[in-house]
Formats: sequence, C-alpha cells, structure tokens
Amino acid sequence: MIAARRWLTLAPLALAGCSAGVLDPRGPVARGEKQILLDSVAAMLLIVVPVMLATVAFAWWFRAGNRRARYRPDWDYSGKLELLIWSVPAMIVLFLGGTGWVGAHLLDPRRPIPATAAPIEVQVVALDWKWLFLYPDQRVATVNRLVVPAGAPIHFRLTSATVMNSFFVPQLGSQIYAMAGMEAQLRLAADRPGRYPGIAAHYSGKGFSDMTFTVDALPAAQFTAWAARARAAPPLDEARYRQLARRGTVPAPLMFGTAPPRLFDAIVAQRAPAAERPRDASNQGESDAEAGK
Amino acid sequence: MTLLGRLSWDAIPLHEPIVMVTAGVLFVVLLGTGATVLLKGWLPYLWREWITSVDHKRIGVMYCLLALVMLIRGFADALMMRSHQAMAVGAGKGFLPPDHYDQIFSAHGTIMIFFVAMPFMIGLMNFAVPLQLGVRDVAFPTLNSVSFWLTATGVLLINTSLVVGEFARTGWLVYPPLSERAFSPGVGVDYYLWALQISGAGTLLGGINLVTTILKMRAPGMRYTRMPIFCWTALASNLLIVAAFPILTATLAMLTLDRYLGFHFFTNEAGGNQMLFVNLIWAWGHPEVYILVLPAFGVFSEVIATFSGKPLFGYRSMVLATLAICILSFMVWLHHFFTMGAGADVNGVFGVMTMIIAVPTGVKVFNWLFTMYGGRLRFEVPMLWAVAFIPTFVVGGMTGVLLAVPPADFVLHNSVFLVAHFHNVIIGGVLFAAFAGYTYWFPKAFGFRLHDGWGRAAVVLWVSGFYLAFMPLYALGLMGMTRRLQHYDNPAWQPWLIAAWLGALLILGGIASLAMQLYVSVRERRSLADESGDPWDGRTLEWATRSPPPPWNFARLPQVEGRDALALMKRGEAEATPDPLEPIEMPRNSAYGFVGAFFTYITGFALVWQIWWLVVLGLLAGFATTLWIAWYQPGEREIGVEELRALEPAA
Amino acid sequence: MSGEIADPRHEDRSGGKGDPPGHGEGGPAPKQVTVAFGFWIFLLSDIIMFSGLFASYAVLAPNTAGGPAGSELFELRLVFVETLCLLFSSFTCGVMSIMAVKQRAGATYLWAGLTALLGLSFLAIELYELTHLVLEGAGPTRSAFLSALFTLVGAHGLHVAAGLAWLTVMMGQVATLGFTDAVQRRLLCFGLYWHALDIIWVALFTVVYLYGVMG
Repeated sequence: MIAARRWLTLAPLALAGCSAGVLDPRGPVARGEKQILLDSVAAMLLIVVPVMLATVAFAWWFRAGNRRARYRPDWDYSGKLELLIWSVPAMIVLFLGGTGWVGAHLLDPRRPIPATAAPIEVQVVALDWKWLFLYPDQRVATVNRLVVPAGAPIHFRLTSATVMNSFFVPQLGSQIYAMAGMEAQLRLAADRPGRYPGIAAHYSGKGFSDMTFTVDALPAAQFTAWAARARAAPPLDEARYRQLARRGTVPAPLMFGTAPPRLFDAIVAQRAPAAERPRDASNQGESDAEAGK
Repeated sequence: MTLLGRLSWDAIPLHEPIVMVTAGVLFVVLLGTGATVLLKGWLPYLWREWITSVDHKRIGVMYCLLALVMLIRGFADALMMRSHQAMAVGAGKGFLPPDHYDQIFSAHGTIMIFFVAMPFMIGLMNFAVPLQLGVRDVAFPTLNSVSFWLTATGVLLINTSLVVGEFARTGWLVYPPLSERAFSPGVGVDYYLWALQISGAGTLLGGINLVTTILKMRAPGMRYTRMPIFCWTALASNLLIVAAFPILTATLAMLTLDRYLGFHFFTNEAGGNQMLFVNLIWAWGHPEVYILVLPAFGVFSEVIATFSGKPLFGYRSMVLATLAICILSFMVWLHHFFTMGAGADVNGVFGVMTMIIAVPTGVKVFNWLFTMYGGRLRFEVPMLWAVAFIPTFVVGGMTGVLLAVPPADFVLHNSVFLVAHFHNVIIGGVLFAAFAGYTYWFPKAFGFRLHDGWGRAAVVLWVSGFYLAFMPLYALGLMGMTRRLQHYDNPAWQPWLIAAWLGALLILGGIASLAMQLYVSVRERRSLADESGDPWDGRTLEWATRSPPPPWNFARLPQVEGRDALALMKRGEAEATPDPLEPIEMPRNSAYGFVGAFFTYITGFALVWQIWWLVVLGLLAGFATTLWIAWYQPGEREIGVEELRALEPAA
Repeated sequence: MSGEIADPRHEDRSGGKGDPPGHGEGGPAPKQVTVAFGFWIFLLSDIIMFSGLFASYAVLAPNTAGGPAGSELFELRLVFVETLCLLFSSFTCGVMSIMAVKQRAGATYLWAGLTALLGLSFLAIELYELTHLVLEGAGPTRSAFLSALFTLVGAHGLHVAAGLAWLTVMMGQVATLGFTDAVQRRLLCFGLYWHALDIIWVALFTVVYLYGVMG
C-alpha cells in the first residue's frame, strides 16, 4: 500500500517531464528553476519517505492484535528523541532556506542574464483578454504572438491596462504579475529556436482561458527579417488601440507596423486612450465582440 | 431609485437550467422538511431544544450539521468543475459557459473555506473544549448562540445568490480590480462581501468566547500544563481568529466602500492600490490556514493518543510547536505573491520564514509517530482517518515547502500544482480531521456510535478519491496548466483531468457513505448505543460524563490532578470527585441569536440589492431586539441539589 | 456587545485553595472577571481592525492623484479642540464609572451627561470638518488618500457615535433597572470601550494630523 502511494506521489514528477511544462525547460531561467525544484524535492524526500515508512511500520507493528509488540502505556517523553525531531526538520529547512535565499537572488526576475548576444527589449501590456507586445527598438507591435531572437536575453517591462494578470511562459521560466499603473520587470531567454506556449496565469474574467499566446524564438537573422516584414503591417494608431482595449478575445495573433513610441509609458501612467465602450450595456458590461479585426 | 433597489425579476436566472433545477429541488426539499416539521409537531421541540438553545454542545452540533450540508453544496460545485474540465479540451468547451463556470469555482472556494471547514472546526471546538476543560459551558453562552446564527445567516445569504442574482466571478478572494464595480457590476461580489462580513462577525465573537473560556473557565486543578492538547490548539486557533479576522473585516469594508460609494482603495484610478488588498487579504488569509489546521492537529493528537492507549508523546513540544505556528503564521503572508516583483531580499525572507513553519509542523508529525510507537493501536474509524492523514499531510507539507522556495514558486504559482497542494493540506489535514472528530465525538453527543462499516467505506473512498483526484493536478501543474481554466487546447492534459474526475466520483462515493452512515446509525441507534459514556476508552474529561451529557455537563466539576485527567482517574491515581453536590446555575434559552440573525439577514439582503429603506428597517429591528434583550434577558435558572440528585441518580 | 448580553455561569470554588479563580487551580472565574476579560479581547480585535485601516492610510497617503494633500487640508486648531473634547470625555467617563460603582445615580447621570456632551461636540466638529472637505471638492472619491482618510476618521467617528448610543441606553438601564450586577458589568465595559476610543484617537491624531501637516 505504501509503495503504491509513493508511486502515486512520484509518478506525476516523472511523467510530467514529457510535456511542454516546467520540467522541460528551454531557457536558462527555467533550467535554474527546475534544478531548484528537483533539489528541494530530493532534500525533502530524505525526511518524507522515512516518515511514510515509519507511519506504516508503526501502525502495523503496534496494532492491538500483535502480541509480540511491547506495550509501553506510559512512554511519552524522550529527551534525545525530542532533540532529534526538532533538529532533523531544522537541518532540512536550513538547507532549503539557503537554497531559497540564494535562488531568490540568482533567479530574481530583475537580474540580467549573462549572455553574449545583445539583449532585446519587449514591453508587455495585459488587456482584456489578449496580450499586447510592443517592441520599442523595432517600433513594431504584436498581439498574442511574441517573437524573439533565440539566445538573446529578453528584457520585459510589463503592465496592465485592465485587471491584474500574470505573464507566464512555462518553458522559459518565471512568471510575473502585470498590474495597472505599475511596471514590473522580467528577464528571460530562450536557448534555441522553437515555439513555446505562453499563458495568462492569473484569472482575469470571462475571456481568461483564451488569453494565450505563442512565443516564437527565431534565429537572430530571421528575427531581423521578421521585424522588417512586420513594419509593413498597418500601424497601431489610437483608434486601433481603443478597439484592442475593449473587452473581448482575438481569434488570431495580430501584427502592427508601427506603434506610438511612448505608448507603454502612457499606459503605465494611465494616460493611454480609454477602451472603446461597447454600445450594449449588458449585465456584466462585457462584450463578446472580437476586437482588433 | 425604485422601491426594490436593484432587485427585479431579471435577478432570477430562469435561463440557466442547472441553477433552476437545483433551486427547484432545494425548494422541494426545504418545503418537505418544513412541512414534516410542522405536521409532526416538531417545531416546539426544535425551537426549545435547538434554535434557542445556548448549550455549547447543541450549538457545536448545529455548526457541524451546517458544515456537512454545505459540504454537499461545495462538492456539487467541485464535481461540476471536474466534469467540465475533463471534457473542455480544444473545440469542445465543456457544458458550462464561462459566466457560469467562473461563478462555480468562486463559489466552491468560498463555501468550502468559510462555510464548511470553518464551521466544522468551530463546531468541534465548541462541542469538545468545555467538556475537555471540565466546565459547564463556554464563558458567554448567549453570545455563542449569536455567533452560530450569524454564521448561519452568512450561509443563507450566500446561498440566496444561487436563486436571486448571481455568485461572484472573481475567485474566492475577490482580488481587485476585477472585483471593483467597474469590472464586476453585478451583485455577486456584494453577496460575497456581506455574507462574509456577517459570518465573519460571528466567527470573531466565537473566537473571543472560546479564548475567554479556555483562559478563564477551567475545572479546578486544570492548569495550562494539564490542558488536553485539543484545548491548546483551540486556544491558538481562536487567538488567531481574534487577531486575523478584524483584518478581513477592514479589508472587505474597504472594498465595499469602493464598490458602493466610489472610494479608491483598490481601484485602478485615482491612486488606488490593488497590491494593498492582496497584502491585507493574505495577512488574514495565511493565519486563516492555521485557524483551520491547528484544531485539526488537535483532533488527531487526541485520536492518536486515545487509540494508541498512551499519553501523547512530547506534550510540551506539541504545545510549543502549536504556539510557534500560531505566531509564525503572521509572518509569511507574502509567500502568496512572490511573483508580484517584491525583490529578492523580501522574497527570500518570506520564503525562509515560511519554511521555518515546517519545523514545528514536522515536530508534530514525529510526535504523532512516537505516540503510536509502543502503543496498542485500535483501528477504529477515527484512527483510520488519522493514519491516512499522516502520509497525506506530509506530501501536502512537502509541496507547500516547495512553493515557499521563491524560484520554484515562480513557475508553480497559480498553477493547478498549487490547487493540488492546498487541497492536499485542507482535505488531507482539515477535512480528515473533521471526519475523525465527527466520528470520535458523535457517541458523546448522541449516546450511540456511528456505524462502523459505512465509516470504513467512507475512509477508503475519500482517501483513494483524494489521491486520484489531486495527484494528477500536481502533474498538470508541472505541465504548465494554470488554475481556473474554462477550457484548454493541450490534449495531453485531458487523460489527467479524466483521472481527476474519476477521483471526484470516488469522493462522491465517500460523501454518500457518510450520508448512509448517518442514516443507518440513526436507524440502528439501539444496537449502537453506548451506555458507558466512554466508548473509546478515552483519556480526557469529556468521557468522564454520561452520553449525551446533561445540560450542565458535570454534576460536580471534576477535580483535575494531572494531564489526561480521566486516564489518571481510571487508574485510581486521582481521587474521584469527593465534594458534595452543590446547586448549579444554568443559563436560560435565548431567542436573541435567532431573531437577531433574522434581522441581520434582511439587512444583508437589502444591502446587496441596495434597498435602502429595508436596510434602515432591518438595522432598527436588530437594534430593538438588542434593547429588548438588554432589559429582559432572562436570568439564570438554579438547579437545586434535590433536583440535581433526581436528574443525576449516579451522582 | 460582547459582554453585556452574555450570561456565563460561574462557580467560585476558590475557597481553601488560595489560588485566584480562573488560573487553573480554583476552577472557573466569576462572571465579573470573564465579562471584563472577554471585552478586553474584543477591544484588542477592534484595535487590530483599526490597525488595518491605519496601514492602508499609511500606504495610500502619498496617493493624492493630483488632489489636495493632508498639509493643504488639515486645520490643526480645530482638531486640537476635538482632541481636547475626547480627552476630557475620558476623564468624565472615568468619574462616571466611579460614581456608578458607588451606586450614586444622580452623579452618574451628571457625569454621563457631560461625557455625552463632550462626545457630541467631538462628533459635531468632526462632521463639520468632513463636510467642509467634501464641499471643497476633497471628498473621499477624489483620491485614494482621501478615501483612506475619510474611512479611518469615519470609522472612529462611527465608534464614538455607537458609544454615545450605548451610553444613552445604559442611562436608561440605570434608571429602570438600577445598579444591578448586569448593569454594573455593562457600565464597566462601556468605560473600557470609551477609553479605547481615546487611545485610537491619539494614534489617529498623531499619524493623520500631526504627520499630515508636516507634509
């Protein structure tokens, strides 16, 4: 029974590795986080496994029917054992605390990632219910599709033009909250070219489940070519932004050739154009109309 | 402004068949129950013995009953979510539209925490603590009734939202700005706010009551170092209630002001700060976790000691660990939002503080193990819950510490891994303890045991169902699945979600077994009767009186000579109560709690729908009731020695 | 409301043991003790609620959103008079408590009346001040700072108003029921409550007004 239970506990760890999740990291941050995750689990198993075995062993051996077990009805204290049971968890926690402390600093979302390639700037805006990505250097913008050069560190500045949300690409690592009127920072990198799923990791209302995006990590040259191509797309002017900011989902990723240079700062300062109001004032004030077409 | 505020016929969700069918069934059940009570003439009995009762045992039983009923409501939500997610892949978007699904997960969390786990633990404490302390009631019996009825009012109000209006679609902690009027204009959040304020007031008053009881009302000789461990954990839990619930009151009041009067505490505009809400709500929310789990630890400590036939191992360690957890629980709230960008130092400190809580918790686990060591273990149903609890809780603790490591949390936060973790500790810890305590103290409350076979079935189904339902969620969390998804695209997730759904079905079987157990036990109460008052060979004072105990619990207050007072008496090491009988003063029944709660409900409902004249009327009526009780509070009833001797032939 | 509606039963079994009741040896404490103790705990919880409001005020005070800051709004002279009213009412409340213990009804009414008068003056000034702010366009919906200010000051003001209502009821109780044990206990709780409001006001005066005018 105990074996089955332990198998049940460990099996998810083993099996989940196959899928595009946090156990399949594709960047330095996610790799570091996976390592810490596994180290911590291993350290805790040192204590968890014996406890589980002892539970079953004690429960079995000291069952009332077992005449060979010695009944000690008054045994309720042992100084040595007390010392042991306080110090063993304390030691594990000391180790984990160290790991956590060091890890919190090494993998701080704001900490620059050492790399040879030049970093790229991306500004992220959470809208209801889509992600707007602004590229201040390339002067282009996308919705629900994040294109980055593989190997280069990405410096994200994040905010929200609506409710709280969380920006998360499980295979690249650290998520972070995007909140209105505030700016968060995050640094990630993708090792190799590839396509990785990105999600909204904080519930934000009706269209939350559709607020997904894809991350396309391209070889550096292809990224430059992509940016050049993107510039041909229609601009993100005020009218389009107002439409985009309306509550609703977008069926497919969008691309904009130019974006107002200081749009992100305006959104953080809450001076950006307001969302276009839907005409029907339904109970929730929400509109299913798909924006940005 | 109209006469009925925002209330109109549109408030009744006639277009939602699931809701309407549920409401119809509920209506029929309520009507049937009401008719039965009236026709059989049970109303006077109910009014006299239960509704107006100020007896802590009766109130404790009513709390537990409330929790069990709400468990069914909360589980119905859970089953719908599991069924929905099991099929909501790709183009198939399940059977619940987002509007409805979002209400269901919000309702599930709110109801399970506030109206299942809380009343269950409070009920057990209310029932057992005065008995264990060897006294006749809590410090303030009438106030106790008020507390219960306020909780019941909260329950009624939140369930009203099922039929009249809607539930919040904001998650169980109503994070702004989503919960602000701008994003949630409906009445769902208003129902949430007023129901929680009302039941929170009840919880706070109950906390004050139990703290006073434990600190000031103990049998002669019951020193702190002789108190049963359940009383210690109850003390810690209620101290946390007194210290943490006012924060919730203040926080919800601020959100209410934002929504009703256009204030700017947590809004996006005018300098509001949503992070303030998140900090405040978790400054209450994390202690809340320990408010629930500390009494659960207490139940397991009593159960394991009793069924091992030994005193609890390391009593002093246990008390120390309890108090350490009590204090530390206020210093870790930030671990609920490591991903808010607080910076490495802050995250590091709160991560380490959180892990430190694992030390006293680990000590407790070892103490339970060594209590079993050298014992003579009887695997009655409460003990089965306890033995299932230890490994389950250890897994939950492990994943909890993992989430306290900031870099691990960066990738696991808000995922279904987190969902699996807190269900792991709340089901494996709190709920198993609730069932263990329910089975353990049931014969004390009613004089007969619960049926053994159905109890064992419930253990097996709940435990296996729990593992099948939640282990897949750990895996899915690692696969990058976030919580509260109404649908998803990754087909690799579906098999795991189907497994989780099967687990939920097993739990359904567990709940059905509990219901059957109650039904069969009541039917077979004669053969299950316990005449001794001490069916489990107990060690603490609640087993020293008969079952069910008389309203005064003990004809003579027991003289406590040491820890495990009853075990000492059984060995003859403590002299058996030598004093002569003395007259007893008993409080009289009071309708104040019930009547006051009725007006509170009216006020709450009127506030939700902004029917201002009714708000004023409800408040005035409540005030008048209070004045009435302030003048005409019936005094105490004295039970003379002769009467007592007639009622207690054994004494 | 914690204490006065409760009816604890008490067994004073301290005889012979030499230990004070309620501390383990002597058995359950008498009602006088439990009521006061329970009410103390209630007051502590109330203070924690205020500390939540204080914390929010501290966080939101800089968030004036282009609206007026505290230094532009507060009139210390008026607030000083307010403070004096409340501090003196604590004194008169204390005298009232002594008179109540001595069971002198006339003197109790007199000092209760003075307490109520001072409390009403406090409320009147506060109301004047807040109305003034609203009329100046510095109402609670103007900015997060003003929301927090109105809530903190308003919560205290509501407590004072509730206290005045309670005091009125208690005088009615003295008049109709006399100085019974229950009435005495309730008066004791009222005294604790009124002094606690004073302490909260001192904190409020310091944090909001003194720091406020210093900018």
